[in-house]
Amino acid sequence: MSVIYFLIGLGILVAGGFLVAFIWAVKSGQYDDSYTPSVRMLFDDFKSGSENDPSKSENAEIINQDSKEKSNIN
Amino acid sequence: MGQPCVHCGEDCGNHPVLLNDLTFCCYGCQTVYQILNEKDLKQYYQIEKMPGIRIENQDTGDKYAFLDLEDIKTRLLDFSDSGIGKVTFFIPGIHCASCIWLLENLNSLNDGVVHSTVNFPRKEVNITFREDKISLRNLIELLVSIHYIPEITLGKLDKKGSRSSDKKILLKIGITGFVLMNVMMYNFPEYLPGGDLLETNFRRFFGWLSLGLSIPVVFYCSSDYFLSAVKSLKYKIISIDLPIALGIAALFLQSAYEVISQTGTGYLDSLAGLIFFLLIGRWYQSKTYQALSFERDYKSYFPVAVTRVENNLEKVTQLKDIQEGDRIIVRNQELIPADAQLLKGEGNIDYSFVTGESLPVRKHPGDTVFAGGRQIGSVVELKVIKNVEQSYLTQLWNQEMSEEPYSSRLKNLINGVSRYFTVIVLLIAIAAGFFWLWKGETSTAVFVFTSVLIVACPCALAMTIPFTFGTTMRQFGRMGFYLKRTDIIEKLYKADTIVFDKTGTITYSQGMKIEFVGQNPDAAELMLIKSVVRHSTHPLSAALFRSLEGDFYPDIEQFKEIPAMGLSGLVKSIRVNIGSAKFVTGKDEEEKGLSTKVYVYIKDRVLGYYRFENQYRKGLNSILENLKDNYDLHLITGDNESEKAKLQPMFSGDGHLLFNQSPQDKLHYIKKLKEHGKTVLMIGDGLNDAGALDVSDAGITIADDIYHFSPACDAILESTRFNLLDKYIRFTKTSMNIVRISFGISFFYNVIGLSFAVQGLLKPVVAAILMPVSSVSVVAFATLSITLLAKRKLK
Repeated sequence: MSVIYFLIGLGILVAGGFLVAFIWAVKSGQYDDSYTPSVRMLFDDFKSGSENDPSKSENAEIINQDSKEKSNIN
Repeated sequence: MGQPCVHCGEDCGNHPVLLNDLTFCCYGCQTVYQILNEKDLKQYYQIEKMPGIRIENQDTGDKYAFLDLEDIKTRLLDFSDSGIGKVTFFIPGIHCASCIWLLENLNSLNDGVVHSTVNFPRKEVNITFREDKISLRNLIELLVSIHYIPEITLGKLDKKGSRSSDKKILLKIGITGFVLMNVMMYNFPEYLPGGDLLETNFRRFFGWLSLGLSIPVVFYCSSDYFLSAVKSLKYKIISIDLPIALGIAALFLQSAYEVISQTGTGYLDSLAGLIFFLLIGRWYQSKTYQALSFERDYKSYFPVAVTRVENNLEKVTQLKDIQEGDRIIVRNQELIPADAQLLKGEGNIDYSFVTGESLPVRKHPGDTVFAGGRQIGSVVELKVIKNVEQSYLTQLWNQEMSEEPYSSRLKNLINGVSRYFTVIVLLIAIAAGFFWLWKGETSTAVFVFTSVLIVACPCALAMTIPFTFGTTMRQFGRMGFYLKRTDIIEKLYKADTIVFDKTGTITYSQGMKIEFVGQNPDAAELMLIKSVVRHSTHPLSAALFRSLEGDFYPDIEQFKEIPAMGLSGLVKSIRVNIGSAKFVTGKDEEEKGLSTKVYVYIKDRVLGYYRFENQYRKGLNSILENLKDNYDLHLITGDNESEKAKLQPMFSGDGHLLFNQSPQDKLHYIKKLKEHGKTVLMIGDGLNDAGALDVSDAGITIADDIYHFSPACDAILESTRFNLLDKYIRFTKTSMNIVRISFGISFFYNVIGLSFAVQGLLKPVVAAILMPVSSVSVVAFATLSITLLAKRKLK
């Protein structure tokens, strides 16, 4: 029966993992807008210009920096 | 009629703008189509059919020059560093999936945009851009060029919205839910038959675990209840949060005692369940309309910057820097920001939003113009005679914008019930405790005392209001009636006096009734008239143009518009004059007319005149008829008495119609009614009602476009739903009845629970069943019955 101690510990750990995930999701603003993402995912990927456009890759860098900043703040 | 516009979907009329066999209603729409087409953004039109928005005036010119001012720029930007700027705009025009798609593909229109994200419910777009490639001003002009016009106002600059409280409640719900699930699992074996056979080691382990887990629930998640209970006690009010806080404390202390003394596992599952339900109720109640603003003051109406004349040079200056004596320039369609004297130019000022008067007022150099009016026509130069804050209108606003005191907000039904409820519960607890003391069983006495507090914890009672009113608010919102908060329902219910404004509220703000008096023009003549009025932006011309059926000639010659007089032009070499009596007939009007007349002259003779009359909103008669018996109806307006005879029979009593009232008068009238013990519901629409709306117990604003500016109020009603007004007001009675029945249900459960508690028989399993069952049944009853009744009654 003492396996129950282990199982309970495991249970709390797993559930706690989900709790942490939930807290992270709330703090990073995923619940701020529950409508737009549902529409956004339906858009086809939009291609414009050539892939090697230098300005595009520059922009991509900024976007990366952006997301890093965000995670640092939280 | 013609074909729909490819861009915005409006009727193109008989002379559409053509481009590659596609029809457009105006050059504006065509331009947007071309921009999108060039940049390969045609997908915009595939996502939604005819998604575009139609904007009437397109000339941006120097309108956004103020965005080059460093101070305004820094206040507008959310973030700016090393050439990267981030900014959030509120764009009322966002309305469909295509809007999201286009605004999120802004980077294809301009390289400077790095990326943009739309928040649809808030109608906001968040843009990251490279400041070296596109300036803030160019960015806004880009948005304007594709018809998405951001709202940039003083009010927006001053406060950035914070939504941390919404996040906090979600966090609390998450944590409580986690604890609830775990604690329920640990307590479950106890409730099964043979549960007492559980090894003591396990029981002890589960007990300590539950106690540990529930600590954050009590001290973090339910802290609001303790704080607000203490706060309301300071105001000597027993709010509903007091018995809740007592219940939570009793639950926790009793459970902690049982776990520590190893006499049981306590009621921690009930505790977590109770707080979980309460928090869900709070969250449900706090859900509001994110894109609507109910707390606008003059700051969100006035421009951010104006053009000031300094040493004969025009310079864009922030509004807050404008002082008495400054000379400013106001262009076509711009607002007058402060009370001023007209120096140069012909003033033609539209006060429709300020006074409700639909026609522009003519002003000559030397005249005083008031803040809030909109100049139409040529450029004028003004000398500011009062600071912005001290101008007539803003003053009216400033003095009255007072936050309702905390104590009066607590005086509602639920706290009224709570007063008796708490006292009775405490009496029962003490009486039961003494009874067991008298029998000599001290430990049972303490247990009974806490059990009573536990079982009487008014969870179901506290959830009645959030769910009944929350559902009512959602049902109203679905039908175009938007409440600021759920407690407005109770205020609407309490109202016994309804005060209406006239212009724009019970009459249509546009769309006047137009009749021709004289010799009726034939089809050819109608076409001539329509061709001429098409070229004027005067409200009467626009109204006349809309009302006339049929075709028009696109080109006219020698077109002249003389402000305050009329229009003149040659159509197919036929002279057409339209305007005032003096302008068209050359004579002054004999009688000072009650209605507005527009005379028509074609070729060689005066045909007659069009009579413009305010038109009452559809359903007004039946609304007043339905409300007459239960409410005191009043009408208060800035207009003259011309329509008194018509309105008199619709409103009760002789003294209830007031004409020629200034905004200040309106405010005092409402105050006086309140002093006489009336509970006043004010229904208005413009800035002139702002003071009255604010001092009234509940204020409803009628708005043609709910996302555009409306004065501060408690509720916004879409003008198309005006005919349902009486039904909304009466439905609040239904809501209150549902609340009363729900109270009954929750009292019933309380009585059952108390009967266990006073006998000292409240086992954890009883509490664990009784509490969720009572809450769920009350919530289910409230939401279902409101939804059903709303479907039946709000049609």
